[in-house]
Amino acid sequence: MLFLSKKQDWLGNILGDVLAGLVVALALIPEAIAFSIIAGVDPKVGLYASFCIAVITAFVGGRPGMISAATGAMALLMVTLVKDHGLQYLLAATLLTGVLQIIAGYLKLGSLMSFVSRSVVTGFVNALAILIFMAQLPELTHVTWHVYAMTAGGLAIIYLFPYLPVIGKSLPSPLVCIVTLTCIAIYWHLDIRTVGDMGELPDTLPVFLWPEVPLTLETLQIIFPYSAGLAVVGLLESLMTATIVDELTDTTSDKNRECKGQGLANIGAGLLGGMAGCAMIGQSVINVKSGGRGRLSTLIAGSFLLIMVVFLDEWISKIPMAALVAVMIMVSIGTFSWSSIVKLKQHPLSTNIVMVTTVIVVVWTHNLAYGVFVGVLLASLFFANKIGHFMYVESKLDEATNTRTYQVVGQIFFNSADKFTAAFDFKEVVEKIMIDLHRAHFWDISSVTALDKVVIKFRREGAEVELIGLNEASSTIVDRFGVHDKPEEIEKIMGGH
Amino acid sequence: MNTNTNRVLACIDGSSLTEAVCDYAAWIAQRVDAPLNLLHIIDHHHETAAISDLSGNIGLGSQEHLLEELTAVEQQRSKLRLQQGKLLLQAAKERVVQAGIADPDTNQRHGSLVESLIELEESIRVLVIGIRGKVHENQPDKIGAKLESIIRSLHKPILVVNEAFKAPQRIMIAYDGSKAADKAIDMVATSPLYKGLTCHLVYVSKDDTATEQLLKAAASKLTKAGGIEVITKKLQGKPDQALCEYQDKHDIDMTVMGAFSHARIHDLLLGSFTAKMLLNTHKPLLLLR
Repeated sequence: MLFLSKKQDWLGNILGDVLAGLVVALALIPEAIAFSIIAGVDPKVGLYASFCIAVITAFVGGRPGMISAATGAMALLMVTLVKDHGLQYLLAATLLTGVLQIIAGYLKLGSLMSFVSRSVVTGFVNALAILIFMAQLPELTHVTWHVYAMTAGGLAIIYLFPYLPVIGKSLPSPLVCIVTLTCIAIYWHLDIRTVGDMGELPDTLPVFLWPEVPLTLETLQIIFPYSAGLAVVGLLESLMTATIVDELTDTTSDKNRECKGQGLANIGAGLLGGMAGCAMIGQSVINVKSGGRGRLSTLIAGSFLLIMVVFLDEWISKIPMAALVAVMIMVSIGTFSWSSIVKLKQHPLSTNIVMVTTVIVVVWTHNLAYGVFVGVLLASLFFANKIGHFMYVESKLDEATNTRTYQVVGQIFFNSADKFTAAFDFKEVVEKIMIDLHRAHFWDISSVTALDKVVIKFRREGAEVELIGLNEASSTIVDRFGVHDKPEEIEKIMGGH
Repeated sequence: MNTNTNRVLACIDGSSLTEAVCDYAAWIAQRVDAPLNLLHIIDHHHETAAISDLSGNIGLGSQEHLLEELTAVEQQRSKLRLQQGKLLLQAAKERVVQAGIADPDTNQRHGSLVESLIELEESIRVLVIGIRGKVHENQPDKIGAKLESIIRSLHKPILVVNEAFKAPQRIMIAYDGSKAADKAIDMVATSPLYKGLTCHLVYVSKDDTATEQLLKAAASKLTKAGGIEVITKKLQGKPDQALCEYQDKHDIDMTVMGAFSHARIHDLLLGSFTAKMLLNTHKPLLLLR
């Protein structure tokens, strides 16, 4: 299934895909170089990775039209690995990342994405944008005024060039920015840092090579924590991007296939001397905006990138870092979810807390996986807390028989168990207690224990206790959800509401 | 939505064959006494881009803005196509009402044609569709791009219409002794559609003795069913050519045959007989699956 694709995924939109692929390739080059620098490796590592990941996901990915390559989110995770152990260990970690992602794909872990709420996604995206921006700061500190002027000029070109009539919308403005700034730097012999100063650029096509690491348990111990983090972050960003592309194009994608595709792409990258990567939100948006929809756009982006880089390496090494920084600031601004700030006032506080916490944790740890973990946890707690409010206990006293009847309505689980217990009046002297549970739902053992406690406590006070409707109330406790998936079963269980 | 599980479904797309499709569908619906449903599919072709802005930059709120822009463009397009479809269906409805169908249903659906038909498969008794849609309208040497996948995906009788309506008098059954062909014979024998028609049972082969038996058995099945006048005939040569020549010579109005009985790989290597017939025949083809 991994290699099957519909004809229209490849040939449904040839002109649009080719043009969009070219635009994306031009934007991928500065990004791949910038992310290599973040990771602390030669630019060629990121460029080979981008080529390889884009081309492989074009064939095996689950979301046509999505752009995958070397990314900032992944680069941030490898910094210490590269610093402590070197490039070869990074390549080995990349291979292992791919294997883990393929396993995730076969275990259908893509469906776990449903636990990642909208606010966590927004937090992830915003945190990513902030990290990309922060990664540019070293290029902007302790430099001459030329660099600031160039960067500002570059941004001006990027955002104002499209307003020019005729050529404005047919030439990618980031390309215009890079070409102009490079010309200026060469013409005036400006002494500023260029891409060539940052490390080796590719001068040949990538070659197949096995990472030179000892195949020992020790190696595994070193790379596994990195690979696990890379695998998680790669899948998270890829699946989020797939959702964004789904939304933009009003089509669907195969999330589990995307997991396997990302895995295969990373294995390919590792074997061709590239770093691990994943789908890119900014580039995918650019692709859709430029009219790219099919697999062809991704393939063109990847292959054109390599051709450009191999044949123009001399020119690329002359690009001033200021131009790259301008493009990356654009990516950072474009990735940031502006509407999430505008809507802060409208959204409930709990949602905002989840979003902001996700951002803070990511920016603090430089690890998107931790941010998402904390975000999902918080969101779940808020949800549990909300549901816990949907419970009340009513009671009435029948004086003739000296019987008090409690009627319990709502959801009883770990969060609301204490509230449930507190709703009973143990001080009252009555002969008989009836607890009507018809309209109550017991979701877990905590709630059952709470009920037991209540019954025992009443009996110790000398009352007779009778439970009504216990079977219906506890039918939600079973874990075999399959039984309750039919509408009539759900109706039976939730019928009290 | 209509839940009737036994209807004649006519696919309307506004191409030049639409009227013929309506007429044939009405003819079948009347003969088998089944409700008629006219279907218009709005395929959005999401694989092609509605807008293309090569400026390659993204700024504040780019994603939201892009979504709004795409939604607006597609909404406008869809509304237009929805309206066009409604007009088409209205015209088609009037046409079949004139042909004597009391209360035809009309139905519009979004999505790809093939997927929609697969979803509706359960409710289809006979599918009536033109041999080519609007894209290939003026290319008589081509069959519709989706026709083959429709025929392969559906397991219901499909009438492929390729010319203006003429009430069939003489039909031809292309028989090759295969399981699919035997099933086709059974269906013809039990259906009220063919009562009162002359049926040419035609077999193309080189071999004589074995075919004689098969042909006789098939013919007797049809005769036994009653109401069908059966003429058997053996032909020599390439099946598709021989059948088409016979069709012209005996003024056959409609050809009935099993379809795509071979595996895909066989068809890929040798070419499918069904595909050849679709391309060569000048008369409507009723494919029984």
